[in-house]
Amino acid sequence: MATSPTALPTRPTTPDDLQVIADRIVAHVTDAGEGVEANVRVERTRHGLTRFANSFVHQHVGEDTVAVALTVAVEGRTSSASTTAIDDEALARLVHDTVEAARQQPVDPHWPGATPATPTAGTGTIDAATAEADPDARAAVVRDFVDAADDLRAAGFVDTELSQVAVASTAGQRAAGQTSRATLDGIHQTDTSAGAAHATSIRLADLDGASLGAQAADRARRSASFVDLEPGRYEVVLAPEAVATVLTFLSVYGFNAKAHLEGASFARLGEDQFDPAITIVDDPTDARRTGLPFDAEGTPKQRTVLVDAGRTTALAHDRRTAARSETTSTGHAIPGGAGIGAVPTDVTLQPGTTPLDELIAGVERGLFVTQFHYVRILDPKSSVATGLTRNGTFLVEDGEIVGAVGNLRFTQSFLDALAPGAVTGVGDDARYAHGEFGPGMVICPSLRLASWNFTGGAKG
Amino acid sequence: MRDAGNEMYDYAMAAVEGALAAGATYADARVVIRRHERLTAQNGELEGVDRMEDAGVGVRALIGSSWGFAATSTLTDTAAKAAGAEAAATAKASALVGGSDLALADVEVAQDIYETPHAEDPFTVPLAEKVAVVVDATATMHGVEGIAVATAQLMFWDTDKWFVSSQGHRIHQHLVEAGCGMDATAVGEAETQRRSYPQSFGHVETGGYEVIRRYDLPGHAGEVAEEAVQLLSADPCPSGEFDLILESSQLALQIHESVGHAIELDRILGWEAAFAGTSFLELDALGSLKYGSELMNITADATIPGALATFGYDDEGTPAQRVDIVKEGTWVGVLSGRDTAHLAGLPPGGMVRGDGFNRLPMVRMTNVGLTPGDSSMEEIVANTEHGIVMATNRSWSIDDKRLNFQFGCEIGWEVKDGERVRMVKNPTYTGITPQFWGSMDMLAGEDEWHPWGVPNCGKGQPMQVGHTGHPAAPARFRNVRIGVTG
Repeated sequence: MATSPTALPTRPTTPDDLQVIADRIVAHVTDAGEGVEANVRVERTRHGLTRFANSFVHQHVGEDTVAVALTVAVEGRTSSASTTAIDDEALARLVHDTVEAARQQPVDPHWPGATPATPTAGTGTIDAATAEADPDARAAVVRDFVDAADDLRAAGFVDTELSQVAVASTAGQRAAGQTSRATLDGIHQTDTSAGAAHATSIRLADLDGASLGAQAADRARRSASFVDLEPGRYEVVLAPEAVATVLTFLSVYGFNAKAHLEGASFARLGEDQFDPAITIVDDPTDARRTGLPFDAEGTPKQRTVLVDAGRTTALAHDRRTAARSETTSTGHAIPGGAGIGAVPTDVTLQPGTTPLDELIAGVERGLFVTQFHYVRILDPKSSVATGLTRNGTFLVEDGEIVGAVGNLRFTQSFLDALAPGAVTGVGDDARYAHGEFGPGMVICPSLRLASWNFTGGAKG
Repeated sequence: MRDAGNEMYDYAMAAVEGALAAGATYADARVVIRRHERLTAQNGELEGVDRMEDAGVGVRALIGSSWGFAATSTLTDTAAKAAGAEAAATAKASALVGGSDLALADVEVAQDIYETPHAEDPFTVPLAEKVAVVVDATATMHGVEGIAVATAQLMFWDTDKWFVSSQGHRIHQHLVEAGCGMDATAVGEAETQRRSYPQSFGHVETGGYEVIRRYDLPGHAGEVAEEAVQLLSADPCPSGEFDLILESSQLALQIHESVGHAIELDRILGWEAAFAGTSFLELDALGSLKYGSELMNITADATIPGALATFGYDDEGTPAQRVDIVKEGTWVGVLSGRDTAHLAGLPPGGMVRGDGFNRLPMVRMTNVGLTPGDSSMEEIVANTEHGIVMATNRSWSIDDKRLNFQFGCEIGWEVKDGERVRMVKNPTYTGITPQFWGSMDMLAGEDEWHPWGVPNCGKGQPMQVGHTGHPAAPARFRNVRIGVTG
């Protein structure tokens, strides 16, 4: 509940501290007069990242910052602001300036009202050792990764993050939580090749630097000698990192209700747009998840089945898109994302039962792709994108990996790649995979696909 | 110029002292106060007015082979000193996986102030006036039949930085940046077509609100929307090897991706290998490698008036400068900071910048662009037998060595026998960096040379967003692979 003015924490360290700040801002909004609504979000980030290249640590950073985000509506006229200043005078000024800015605006026809009071399930999952990890703890994981192949050049990072968030609204919503996350993203390099390994968990202790280093080194060594393959259509097995990139693009450009409202999404609800082997769920309740149980607007995140056995069944909504669509928010608002729309951030592709080596064994002639690089959308409506392979691309003949090939460029509709009849195998190896937009968003297995359109090689 | 902020220098100095006391051999610190305002509208309605302000101190400590960096948003002597100590402790921890000691190239120690020349403070222009620009522009675009979504944005930054170092630097900079952009999207049965102005994702310059007045979004809205609708019924871009004529904003992005990132010395040294990648360039080829045709002259110039990456000093206290990168087609220069320059035995280029107070400064592009030629777009088209003119970026992708690229543009025009004969949609082209630049045989002159600004360059881990500039003029490239489709 509201606290006395002297209790405002100067260096908040807990979700409760952040809740005090959020409540204070709501109190200032209430003091601003009748008819003023607001959503408030206060976030503390304690992040450390140990970055290495040429097999030694060269950049080692840490930050501990608090930021406040405020959205106000004055009789339907809206304005948003954020600041890192959290003393009471600064908070009062933030509210005053934002309310005054809102008063000067035209009416925002899509303002859905402040987030109503709704119970949230849980407060997030935290591992204290990860949240408090010091630089030595991260460097130790780096050392194990590097030492796994002392004849190769290693590069990458190990990071640990504590994220604490409190939200409050003038409509009575209050929630606070915290999560921890640790990620290793690294490569080993020969003079001609690289191999990668990735892992993300709630716990730093789960990151096995030696094992991941050995995996990256193995892929680098197997790629050291490669041939350039003629571009064309090939059957493919995509490792989880490559699948994660596909799912990320489908989520941002397709399952995003704002994109759908604007006619730019490929999604057609109720239609069998995907192969029956494909079920995609945005699942914040998964125990492996590193996210909070509520979104940037404070709405509890809903488990949302986006694709059910090939049929597109749902979109991700925030409060704005929900109001425009006469439905309820699914809890997918992202910080600062009103312009982007609602994005699924806990995406899971349901695994199958086939081990990766059996997926590869089924391929007569095709490619095993470990990772994509620099993927960009050409047309969101048809989900056509271009990008390259990276860190290990292998030729498969008669079910066996027979050698490495040089990186290839593709130009491919992701929707077509997963269309009915196009998915010929789903792996049993679902895990957090590090896609194009970073770690902590997608859990997925490997996939075997009937066709992938490679449009260029190293020579163009 | 506002007050030089002795209090801010004190916080920065406290951070440096904290780092030195904890064992740093060198330390520097920046107090940064940054204000950002963004107005967006869609279909004639205001979508948002967002204001961001962040402030804090970031401190770098050098020990052995590693930088340690710490940042806090608490601006007190105590917190700043603690951040300095944490930076040093972090650098020390790196010794567990250490390398050769890092050293810094010498620079003259500066004590100075710098302010972006600007006529009109964008933060004091009445909000209603700024709202009217984006609302009117999107209303006009949305009023064109066939336009489903019309968006416009204005964006402003006002940044104060106080920099001190253990070597005696003491520099205050006040940077002002302003930019705008709009786009109209027409939605067809199975496709979308978009046109943007002045370029995709917006264009930003150093300067004040006068930048917004100069680009006049409402005045160009109708034309932008009509082209988007026309694209739905345009013929697809033909596939094959033809001459490619790029207008200047697409050429700016071509420079950014296939030259700007490739010449970053930290990439060349392998420091970015795991994330963004490395470079096809190797230092022993500096001074001899043929990057392009003799028409290709590229400079990195942080002193161009109005260009986005123009400043007084970089975030290591090195003065802004103009550096030759490619001279008559030969690679002659790199983008560097004090550490990378020392490693490579080169003079420091003053090209290290951080994104706000809480990010470690790193090598970033300044204004990396082409010096103008002596032709013109009109002359280039008139002298082209068969080619495609492409304008305004729609997609971009390049490999981890900056060699194999593919770009998509919003619009194209087929040229036959010296004339634009038809509009074409979904134009794309692909190529390999040195071959592509080697095929440039016509380059427009100063009249069509424009200092394009890119406000969204991602690099580093944690990710940093950088503001870069890319002066360019229209140019022709011979026998390029065009029309790659999915």
